[in-house]
Amino acid sequence: MDERKRLVKPESIEHEIASVSGIQEDRLDWMNELHVRFKQRKRRLTAAVGTTQTLLLLLFAGLWEAAGRNDWIDPLLFSYPSKLFKQLWKTMADGSIWPHVGMTVTETIVGFVLGTLLGTAIAAMLWWFPFLSRVFDPYLVVLNSMPKVALGPIFIVGLGPGFMSIVVITLSVTVIITTLNIYNRFREIDSGYIKVVRLFGASRSQLFRLVILPGSFPVIISTLKVNVGLAWIGVIVGEFLVAKLGLGYLIIYGFQVFNFTLVLSSLIVIAAVATVMYQFVGVLERRLTAGWRER
Amino acid sequence: MTHVPVLELQQLSHVYVNEKGASLAVEKIELSVSRGEFISLVGPSGCGKTTVLSLLAGLFLPTKGQVLLNGKRVTHPTSKVGYMLQQDYLFPWRTIRDNAAIGLEISGRKTEKALEDVDRLLTELGLPGSGHRYPYELSGGMRQRVALARTLATEPEVLLLDEPFSALDLHIKLQLEDLVFQTLKRLGKTAVLVTHDLAEAAAMSDRVIVLGRNPGHIRCELEMPEDIRLATPMVARKLPGFQDIFERLWAELDAVDDEGGGTGG
Repeated sequence: MDERKRLVKPESIEHEIASVSGIQEDRLDWMNELHVRFKQRKRRLTAAVGTTQTLLLLLFAGLWEAAGRNDWIDPLLFSYPSKLFKQLWKTMADGSIWPHVGMTVTETIVGFVLGTLLGTAIAAMLWWFPFLSRVFDPYLVVLNSMPKVALGPIFIVGLGPGFMSIVVITLSVTVIITTLNIYNRFREIDSGYIKVVRLFGASRSQLFRLVILPGSFPVIISTLKVNVGLAWIGVIVGEFLVAKLGLGYLIIYGFQVFNFTLVLSSLIVIAAVATVMYQFVGVLERRLTAGWRER
Repeated sequence: MTHVPVLELQQLSHVYVNEKGASLAVEKIELSVSRGEFISLVGPSGCGKTTVLSLLAGLFLPTKGQVLLNGKRVTHPTSKVGYMLQQDYLFPWRTIRDNAAIGLEISGRKTEKALEDVDRLLTELGLPGSGHRYPYELSGGMRQRVALARTLATEPEVLLLDEPFSALDLHIKLQLEDLVFQTLKRLGKTAVLVTHDLAEAAAMSDRVIVLGRNPGHIRCELEMPEDIRLATPMVARKLPGFQDIFERLWAELDAVDDEGGGTGG
């Protein structure tokens, strides 16, 4: 991801070099040629990376397919790609997979949006009331190191087996770490920036709105990215425990009836949806930090 | 120059308290600054220059004594006092125009007309048409000009300058000294400059205050001669009397070093 971003960068330099003025014709041609060659080299590299990535994926799938069909590995356990896609195609065509996908995606999105918002809100409160932050500091550290999914059974008994308890399990995984990350960022904002607005007589809420929060956007976004992964863990574990619907349910069901094709095809769907969500967060990142700094 | 005091420091003492104990930063500072006057505070590190400036800005209250602005006690930061820091601290997520207008936004005066004034100010300070750009696109000297625009945009009566040129290259520094000097004189602002650079203090000010340390106190005051006062900093540095003034300041600072030697602050 990062690698690709860096490789794309040279295109944006294009107009800067081209706009250098006051240079004689021949020199301009010479410099343009250098620039064109530079761009070509970069483009070739980008193409080579893409090709290698595709080849790796094809090689892996091909080997897997061959190993499965020729019984080098146990096809009952590991299945193989063509079987997976037949399964996916069948369930997509008869529509039986969509409710599962819809359920899990809803739970995940609700879990990670609420988790991030709640975590940011708690972090804001800790920042606003330093007394609270001192009081809660040890509790937060202990809670953070505790495996919160172990609380799953309590949530299920308390909230009933279903959507609510799965979302709460997801929240339990995401909120604490979000709070800690964002609160730490709030405190790390350079005191010079705080001094600038205080000298203009800013109130505490103006300080938060104008400096602390916008200065923390990059960290909030990166927390959002971490939370995409964490929310999936929360949701799948939650569904393992209670659900009658969802991809986690399909995985545990497939496991119980020894249908590993079902297990693996559900995992592929999860990978696809998680990628889409990750891209979505990337778009949000560019929106929120547009113009900030050189890219 | 009329001799109405704008700023008055009366028996100003400040003690910093922390876990290690209490330390006396400045003691019994007595000073008054007239309208339109430009004064500089110089002294070794640990003499409480920045403490005095923070007290003038109302960032915290003095432990003893008081600061008066136009006869009224300063208890918190107001838009009547502008403060320029050593670094520009422009917000990277705001455009140059929005950075320069942040003081107006905080005090609820960000109107269309005020924004036009900000644009005019940016142009006057040598940044025409860069209002829509972001800080990372500007050089250090240009960024410090934006910081000056930000400080001037709220139209303060008094400007506090906390070593605003010390992070710049010599060439840019001299340019900016002239720019700040001329802008402040034109607008008739009162200014207090804190600096390490004796030549800068002598070239820009009407009066230089030398501080001693342990605790910070006023050691002596030096009035600049008429010709140096009126000339722009760049010209003042070349005047015949300048070297003499510089050496007197130098001697005073040396004396401070001998007294307080080793203990630091």
